[in-house]
Amino acid sequence: MELLQDAFQYYINNQSFFWNATRQHLVLSSFAMMISLLIALPIGIWIAKRTGLAQIVINIFNAFRVVPSLAILFLALPYLGLGFFPSLIALTVLAFPPVLINTYTGIRGVDAFTIEAATGMGMTKTQVMAKIEIPLAIPAIVTGIRIASVEVISSATLASFIGGGGLGDFITRGFALYDVPIMLVGALPVALLALSSETFWSLFLRRYQVPEILSN
Amino acid sequence: MSSEMISSSAVTVDAPVRESGEIVFERVSKSFATNTYPAVDQVSVKITACDLVVLLGPSGCGKTTLLKMVNRLYEPDSGKIWMGGKEIHTLPVNELRRQIGYVIQQVGLFPHMTIQKNISVVPHLLGWQEKRINDRLEMLMELIGLPVSYLPRYPRQLSGGEQQRVGLARALAADPEILLMDEPFAAVDAINRERLQSELIDLHSKLNKTILFVTHDVEEAFRLANKIIVMRAGKLVQYGTPLELVTQPENEFIEDLVGSSNILRKLSLVNVNSILKARKNQSIYSGGSQPVEKPNTVLRPEDDLRSVVSLLLCSGKDSLPVKDSVGHLLGTVGYADLREMLISNLPSE
Repeated sequence: MELLQDAFQYYINNQSFFWNATRQHLVLSSFAMMISLLIALPIGIWIAKRTGLAQIVINIFNAFRVVPSLAILFLALPYLGLGFFPSLIALTVLAFPPVLINTYTGIRGVDAFTIEAATGMGMTKTQVMAKIEIPLAIPAIVTGIRIASVEVISSATLASFIGGGGLGDFITRGFALYDVPIMLVGALPVALLALSSETFWSLFLRRYQVPEILSN
Repeated sequence: MSSEMISSSAVTVDAPVRESGEIVFERVSKSFATNTYPAVDQVSVKITACDLVVLLGPSGCGKTTLLKMVNRLYEPDSGKIWMGGKEIHTLPVNELRRQIGYVIQQVGLFPHMTIQKNISVVPHLLGWQEKRINDRLEMLMELIGLPVSYLPRYPRQLSGGEQQRVGLARALAADPEILLMDEPFAAVDAINRERLQSELIDLHSKLNKTILFVTHDVEEAFRLANKIIVMRAGKLVQYGTPLELVTQPENEFIEDLVGSSNILRKLSLVNVNSILKARKNQSIYSGGSQPVEKPNTVLRPEDDLRSVVSLLLCSGKDSLPVKDSVGHLLGTVGYADLREMLISNLPSE
């Protein structure tokens, strides 16, 4: 309890620093998500119809995932230097695999007969994709985005190691000073942000759920 | 309806309105890489407009392949397919498909769309006005016997039979001349299947559509069809009316199919209408070809009465002698006995 009080006290004394860090954290996470969506969604849709290619692409991105985020940060360091930009790259790479794989499997998972019906009715390939396959893959795709968001928000704390800013600054500072309350000032909001994004996407997904039973 | 159909098949050319629903296969073949023999082998057949033609055969005989070549889900390796006097490859593929209703076994309703959206897919693709679509929707729901209150529902909220009705409405939405149906009732339970079959017969008589219907179910084929195309191993074995198939089977395969050994089964496959039609047509029903075989048919005491009827019919006699295993005459049994027994109910043992 005392820890929390101390943490709150620290926050009161460093409010501008805290909100600045929170803003950085959000900007970093959301930019990383947006960039990876812009790249991974089209690739996922594109490879959904090309099974052979899909395996290669997915394996490449999975290989990236095996490398720890921190390692990516340090690997990027010699080429990209310090600060916001390399942190953004590392987080973007981190968000790729869940978005890509879920988009791919979501579209692949659409019932073949549904697609046959749509094709047989005279929809073009693009129409089948836009009106049938993507809408039906939405739950899978959004789940991918949800997983990626949580990963990105929590991993964005690491950006602090290479001067990328964000709430990780409190964690590194607290760690350096052996001061747990300072660490909490960083860790608690990160957990809260991750939870909120999880909730947001769950609610978003619910809108796409077809009602099972409808009373007369 | 039936008399019109006969005249249009007798005089092939001079009914231009009817023509648009005509389908002609001209030496159509199709092979798949996975099989050594062709799935469809040199099939030539002409389907008269407004007929309900059933493609019948065991699984793997090529009936579905033949069907799917009409809406170009499969492309033939060789041969031509004409639809209403036009070779189907002269049309853009999606334009062709929008002119053909298509119903599949798995129904394939779009689960994320309401019934209303599902049915109006093709009209939307064709750019119909909203008003016209709504009028059509109402009319179609009435046709398939579902309340309009179902329109805002999702497919999953409907029973299997209802879903297939919606599938049919969706196929009919843009009022196509031709309806392709690929084992549409195979996944429906027996009771609903029979209802759907009668509804289809009813719809067909109301709507003047050419229907090409694939099934492996012999009873279903004979129940629905004006004409049946029997296929086997990619080849067309026989094309004829149900009555023709029963009375003049081309070969043993057809005989087995219609159950030539069991005369009652044969009878069950043909309905009264096809006899009336054939009589009008004067082509097959040439007035009682004499039953030729088994002049010395003998009944056994243990024969069940169903086979007695069958034997009586085959013998051409009104009654038959009953003999035991050593050949002692025990009496005679005939139609009169059966009739009497049935009227006075079954005797208790």
